[in-house]
Amino acid sequence: MSLDVTLQTDPESFGADATDEARRQVEICNACRYCEGYCSVFPAITRQKVFASGDITQLANLCHNCRGCYYACQYTEPHEFALNLPRALAEVRTESWDRLAWPGGLSETFQKSGVALAGALVAGFALMFFAISALPSGGEGFYAHLGHTAMVAIFAPAFLLPLAAMGVSLTRYWREVGGTRVTWADLREAGASAGRLRNLSGGQGQGCNFEEGDRYTDRRRQMHQLVLYGFLLCFASTSSGTIMHYVFGMEAPYAWYALPKLLGVPGGVMLTVGALGLAWLRTKADPELGAPDVKGGQMGFVLLLAFVGLSGLVLYAATGTAAVPLLLALHLGSVLALFLLIPYSKMAHGFYRFAALVREAQIARAAS
Amino acid sequence: MTDDLNRLSATRWDVVVVGGGNAALCAAIEVAETGASVLMLEGAPETYRGGNSRHTRNFRCKHDAPLSVLTDAYEEDEFFDDLMRVTKGKTDEHLARLAIRKSEEALPWMEAHGVRFQPSLSGTLSLGRTNAFFLGGGKALVNAYYNTAADLGVRVVYEAQVRHVGIEGRRFTHVEVEKDGVTHRIEGRAIVLAAGGFQGDIDWLARAWGESARNFLIRGTPYNKGVVLRDMLDQGAESVGDPTQCHAVAIDGRAPKYDGGIVTRLDCVPFSVVVNRDGDRFYDEGEDVWPKRYAIWGRLVAAQPEQVAYSIIDSRSIDLFMPSVYPPESADTIDGLAQKLGLPGAKLRETVERFNAACTDGSFSPQELDGLATTGIEPAKTNWARPIAEPPFYGYVLRPGVTFTYLGLRVDETARVTGPEGRYDNIWTAGEMMAGSILGQGYLAGFGMTIGTVFGRIAGQEAAAHVA
Ligand SMILES: Cc1cc2nc3c(=O)[nH]c(=O)nc-3n(C[C@H](O)[C@H](O)[C@H](O)COP(=O)(O)OP(=O)(O)OC[C@H]3O[C@@H](n4cnc5c(N)ncnc54)[C@H](O)[C@@H]3O)c2cc1C
Ligand code: SF4
Ligand code: SF4
Repeated sequence: MSLDVTLQTDPESFGADATDEARRQVEICNACRYCEGYCSVFPAITRQKVFASGDITQLANLCHNCRGCYYACQYTEPHEFALNLPRALAEVRTESWDRLAWPGGLSETFQKSGVALAGALVAGFALMFFAISALPSGGEGFYAHLGHTAMVAIFAPAFLLPLAAMGVSLTRYWREVGGTRVTWADLREAGASAGRLRNLSGGQGQGCNFEEGDRYTDRRRQMHQLVLYGFLLCFASTSSGTIMHYVFGMEAPYAWYALPKLLGVPGGVMLTVGALGLAWLRTKADPELGAPDVKGGQMGFVLLLAFVGLSGLVLYAATGTAAVPLLLALHLGSVLALFLLIPYSKMAHGFYRFAALVREAQIARAAS
Repeated sequence: MTDDLNRLSATRWDVVVVGGGNAALCAAIEVAETGASVLMLEGAPETYRGGNSRHTRNFRCKHDAPLSVLTDAYEEDEFFDDLMRVTKGKTDEHLARLAIRKSEEALPWMEAHGVRFQPSLSGTLSLGRTNAFFLGGGKALVNAYYNTAADLGVRVVYEAQVRHVGIEGRRFTHVEVEKDGVTHRIEGRAIVLAAGGFQGDIDWLARAWGESARNFLIRGTPYNKGVVLRDMLDQGAESVGDPTQCHAVAIDGRAPKYDGGIVTRLDCVPFSVVVNRDGDRFYDEGEDVWPKRYAIWGRLVAAQPEQVAYSIIDSRSIDLFMPSVYPPESADTIDGLAQKLGLPGAKLRETVERFNAACTDGSFSPQELDGLATTGIEPAKTNWARPIAEPPFYGYVLRPGVTFTYLGLRVDETARVTGPEGRYDNIWTAGEMMAGSILGQGYLAGFGMTIGTVFGRIAGQEAAAHVA
């Protein structure tokens, strides 16, 4: 293939939009390659000479914003090349989520604005208060306040519709980055990388650069792992409850030693601690190395996760007290907001990242 | 930790370290580990700290068995032979062997002080045995050392330009250092000078090399202006290294005047014809593989009118080398390309046509010396001589890019500097400021950081022992 020079950029003329700017920086990195050992992004860059817009979208979603390549870069400002790859890719990434979200418009609001997230949370509370007071109840435990049927009527669509919307977005993503048919090997490879957050490891397990500037620490990865696995445990808890309900006819409330509780309580603790930890780390990190536009939305999202976890735990602790209806409304309201916002908040990043890792596995295999 | 010089000048420091690159950091860390007080004066602002060391990617390391990321073995004699080859014998064998031998223990020391290594980068596999690459490159190394130094209590002042080293007889007494236009006097019991070469001072380069040096690009920091070197030489310190010479390689002519670093390298020459401003060829582009030739091309281009040359390839060669950071000029005809490059069109066409006619049949093999040579033209192209025939045609501008200068201070094996009255009592130097003792000519990839690390450590240990 011969080089299409119309696609290569002058390293000193800043891009007009986020994609052009990231392309400019990526081309400089491709001539340098010093950061090759940090993450999957650089090996992906070195496979190409020129970068179509879809390639930039893919690189941006592959980047985990570990920031190693910023602190190691000899071309950061005031150098005329003005490298800040973590930020350039973050801007492409958040812009791609806006563009790919379906329906359009919502992502712009909720990615950026912590206030909008708070608004959604309040709406969630209000809806649940209304449901608890107006809809039929029947049963024990939570069901004494909001019946099982009503719960399902609200949460099944609140869970499935966002997932469907996410599916639309991922299909668009896949088309944009030129993805091919997904194989088990792709999924395995991506799963191994995501499961260990390899791209936040700094390449050698020393961690990334976040709350301590140019010093590596592994705290962000640890906190993120707590959130990720805590969330998955909570999810598994709910799923196990659903299965026990429908398959085995065992209805809530469950004893502390039942599966939903054994999964849910540690899950809730991990989610809460991890999310608060991430929020705290965020206050120490340099906002200039991310996409500053979405700073508020991202902080809001992390706090929402913490609220979901904490309210769940408090609700459990308050079992049998008069506070239950109130706490139930708060917890379910936050879960509702979280679910509904999946495609339009930072929550979407998990889906896109995973897709990017799958695509990277495909490209890497094709190249080897 | 950054501190106010006014306050810091009230202290008499055990050891003052001048400079803020690899050699200075290694020295400062060694001193601080003995518990002595260290003040480091870095002339550059914090964002540009680390001199040329921040542009590096690897260091060359002797090893008798696989070591960290290094494969196989690279023994002392082979290392020394490699050095003899590039310097054509212009080296102090005693110091060179010391640097080589000590490089092996330097690697674990570097790791223990925060440096991380990675296997050789893509496109540089040939160095995987001899050179250990820094994860993230030289700036990551510099950051790691600054953190280690800070943890050890080393005080660092940025934008602190040392103007004068105060010496009484054979003893260093103080430095005069300028920050924000104010000159401060700082006293110390010993000093390590590690302020690099003088390539950042274009006037000095022009005096040494000739006026044409004004057209050279400087690949590294603008802060290495040789102020401390000049000051020491003016006070009668003994020098080594050819004062008129610098190491210059051919780089992209569009690079920034300073600090363009690694990305401005161009690897297209062996697959191209190279012409000067007048459209004439002037040297065998295919004499050897590029890593062995890029340095002589710096001098070759420097000798051409206006110190500029143009490397021209066709579409068949565009994917044969690492991507360039500046996009090539391109056109469907040689005339069109000449116009874009500002070259005389008819002349360039004639040069290319004569070259093409001189190419012979044979197999072209970009990864090795393929012997595909021209016949009947001067200068010949002795490898990879394939016609420039398939449009689009691409052109790159080449200029000399200075890596470092050779002039430095003479040292003994303890890195101590010698003055008019013999060895100074308490002045040591390391890194580029004394590398001319070992690298009298040419360059061996990765050896600059080896010299800086080994002699930086020695200088630090010696200075610490002196003040203990
Ligand atoms: C683009 C490029 C790539 C290179 N790649 C490699 C490589 O991969 N491997 C390798 O071994 N070598 C490489 N080199 C050579 C290498 O950079 C040097 O050999 C090495 O960095 C020298 O270290 P140093 O500490 O002596 O000097 P430097 O790192 O240049 O440090 C000199 C310091 O002194 C400071 N200073 C200067 N004047 C004053 C003053 N008056 N007062 C106070 N401070 C002052 C400067 O600000 C700077 O911090 C490369 C060089 C360049 C330009
Ligand atoms: S971020 Fe900077 S140091 Fe890292 S590869 Fe890119 S240009 Fe090189
Ligand atoms: S921020 Fe981290 S993950 Fe992103 S490109 Fe840089 S090194 Fe890779």
